[in-house]
Amino acid sequence: MEAFVSLANGLSVAIQPMNLLFALIGVLLGTAVGVLPGIGPALTVALLLPVTFKLDPAGSIIMFAGIYYGGMYGGSTTAILINTPGESASMATALEGNKMAKAGRGGPALATSAIGSFVAGTIATLGLTFLAPYLVDIAVSFGPEDYFALMCVAFVTVSATFGDSPVRGLTSLFIGLTLGLVGIDILSGQSRLSFGIPELYDNIEVTTLAVGLFAVGEALYVASRRHVHEERLEAVRGSLWMTKEDWKRSWKPWLRGTAFGFPIGALPAGGAEIPTFLSYSTEKRLTKYPEEFGKGAIEGVAGPEAANNASAAGTLVPLLTLGLPTSATAAMLLAGFQQYGLNPGPLLFAEQPNLVWGLIASLFIANGMLLVLNLPLVGLWVRLLAIPQPWLYAGILVFATMGTIAANPSPVELIMLTVFGVLGFLMRRFDFPIAPVVVGLILGPIAESQLRRALSISLGDPMVLLQSPISATLLAIALIALILPFVLKGLGRFKAVED
Amino acid sequence: MTQFRKGLWRSALAAAAVAGFVTSAAAQMELKIMAPAAPGGGWDQTARSMQQALTQSGIAKSVQVTNVPGAGGSIGIAQLVNNSKGDGSQLMVMGYVMVGALLTNKSPITLDQTTPIARLTAEYEAIVVPADSPIKTAKDLAAAIKADPAKVTWAGGSAGGVDHIAAALFAKAAGADPTKINYIPFSGGGEALAAILGGKVTAGISGYGEFESQIKAGKLRLIGLTTPAGKATADLPSIKAQGIDLEIANWRAVVAPPGISADQKKALTDAMDKMAKSKEWQEILKAKGWEDSYVSGDAFAKILAEEQARTKDVLTAVGLVKS
Repeated sequence: MEAFVSLANGLSVAIQPMNLLFALIGVLLGTAVGVLPGIGPALTVALLLPVTFKLDPAGSIIMFAGIYYGGMYGGSTTAILINTPGESASMATALEGNKMAKAGRGGPALATSAIGSFVAGTIATLGLTFLAPYLVDIAVSFGPEDYFALMCVAFVTVSATFGDSPVRGLTSLFIGLTLGLVGIDILSGQSRLSFGIPELYDNIEVTTLAVGLFAVGEALYVASRRHVHEERLEAVRGSLWMTKEDWKRSWKPWLRGTAFGFPIGALPAGGAEIPTFLSYSTEKRLTKYPEEFGKGAIEGVAGPEAANNASAAGTLVPLLTLGLPTSATAAMLLAGFQQYGLNPGPLLFAEQPNLVWGLIASLFIANGMLLVLNLPLVGLWVRLLAIPQPWLYAGILVFATMGTIAANPSPVELIMLTVFGVLGFLMRRFDFPIAPVVVGLILGPIAESQLRRALSISLGDPMVLLQSPISATLLAIALIALILPFVLKGLGRFKAVED
Repeated sequence: MTQFRKGLWRSALAAAAVAGFVTSAAAQMELKIMAPAAPGGGWDQTARSMQQALTQSGIAKSVQVTNVPGAGGSIGIAQLVNNSKGDGSQLMVMGYVMVGALLTNKSPITLDQTTPIARLTAEYEAIVVPADSPIKTAKDLAAAIKADPAKVTWAGGSAGGVDHIAAALFAKAAGADPTKINYIPFSGGGEALAAILGGKVTAGISGYGEFESQIKAGKLRLIGLTTPAGKATADLPSIKAQGIDLEIANWRAVVAPPGISADQKKALTDAMDKMAKSKEWQEILKAKGWEDSYVSGDAFAKILAEEQARTKDVLTAVGLVKS
């Protein structure tokens, strides 16, 4: 009950005209930077920090939160339309979303992603309002061994992105895992596979890899096929809006995506990528239309998009209650708080209730604004596909390069982008799935460092992985998910013989 | 009416021109400050705060901040030394972390090739334990480490960083073998803090600011700060005052490129001296919670040399640098 009263107070702060304006500026800016690959909300907040120094704390923090939510919306737009995830968290969205767009169903794909984001964002913000104090205790009790077990679950589900051939999928995954080794090893401080190039010491940037493989690779592939067979893109086929069928197929994935995104986002080392992939593979298993996956299934857009946005709200749980920044953007929000001498943490709710509840209330408002902003734009966005292909892909190359350079102005970064682009082209040409490479780059280093941390803490005793109840449960889930398909297949064969 | 307006415009323009002339005469200086890190981190915030203080106080006419991220500053310093030689308007923010990073990365460029200008801020390291830990004082922790250094697990920032070095120095001061410490590096402050709060490790070490709100909320117990013994207070005990000889600060400073003239060096040092005293800079320090540790000129050059020697010893001892 107390939370309701506080939230009502917060609303009265958030609907002050100035704060509404700040929220609007935030979501507009966030959408814009989310659309540009490479430039994320973290960089934007970082560059705005000195500018907002003199502004009112509530207003600028509301604006930063708007940028955060806006970035999540914007990232999926490019993922769907031009197969270029603006953020690594929208990669799972690109898998089915772009296929939908190419089949003339870009409108429904964008709509399900916008509405799913709104639903997930709203539910997750409610979760933040009412569950934050309880959730945070669980989040803190997650030790390195539990993270390792969570990564094992994630690894098992990666196979959903493999396409038709497990061998090709595993090959892609191992390319990603190898790329994940490049750079300074966090635990020993020694560099690996970086060949003395200082630029490689900081590990390979996920966005550089994703933009290279997806956007540049795609552009090269389209260019190479142009004279072989002209692919005519139809901007709109059928309805621009979601049909009754689309709604029916979307609402469950939205809810399931939220259920993945919010709690995992709240974990200090959870992140936004893992829940999107868990959601994608869950939808692929549960769908009534498995034949559509890989060709543009709406569930594959609805679920991951919801997971993505729910995790953004989840990230705010440890940030506000503990002062723990768990993503780059959250770290910048923390710097934003500190700029005004505010220290997020256990005391913030007590000391600055107006600010915290104003922020939470404005998240609801930002979410509504984003929906109102994005839905009417759907019609405009899909026109993008009507641009002649050479122009469209030239534009994509320009934006991909600009985004990479803006994030890290270094020639080595550009060379990497090009190399990954060629790799993406070759993988497309020879029919290797692309997503597992990026998944390997994201999961590999986390799994490795968490396992080594767990063993370091237990003084080398591997039993630590089974002694923690969370870890034991997660490992059991991973094992079942791994074996079950084979067992079912075996049973099926057994039955067939019996018949 | 139009005549009157024209007149008004003319006088306004003239006034603006005069005003512009006056300010430019007072502040000719145009500076470039490089933050050898991505936007948002400590070095970037220092560079942007300097920009704010220098322009608002009128010490410099314009200040341009650039970011050259990568490898703990190794890429930034290489660019400073190779591309900005003799440029008297270029500064680079750096800090104690860079001293270690250059050593562990085996950087061909060293800080000896730069021109030290001034140290600006410092943050002391804090050692904390979970609130329900049996360890109550620095002496308790030292005894535990002496008994078996491997059993005391430390959570802190990246390997070879200031947290790691401080933990090794603590073990050494406690009479234990620093090569045997069980230090677990975490990426980013948040993850390490979660591990300490969750009771996964024996102790945590990081800048005091990272722990402050948890200490005040009673979730973490502060064992001590790495401040000089004289600086200890009841709330902020010093480790040195508890009989463990450990004193270390994570400082930030500015250096200039190699090959600048004595006049250029003096101009830069004067500008920093003025900035450090300015009301604008003092306000920023207060808002950000940064400790003023201003030292310029030869005194800073001496500190820099000493810190390099000490860091090399520690990093060699823990096996991160092969001698």
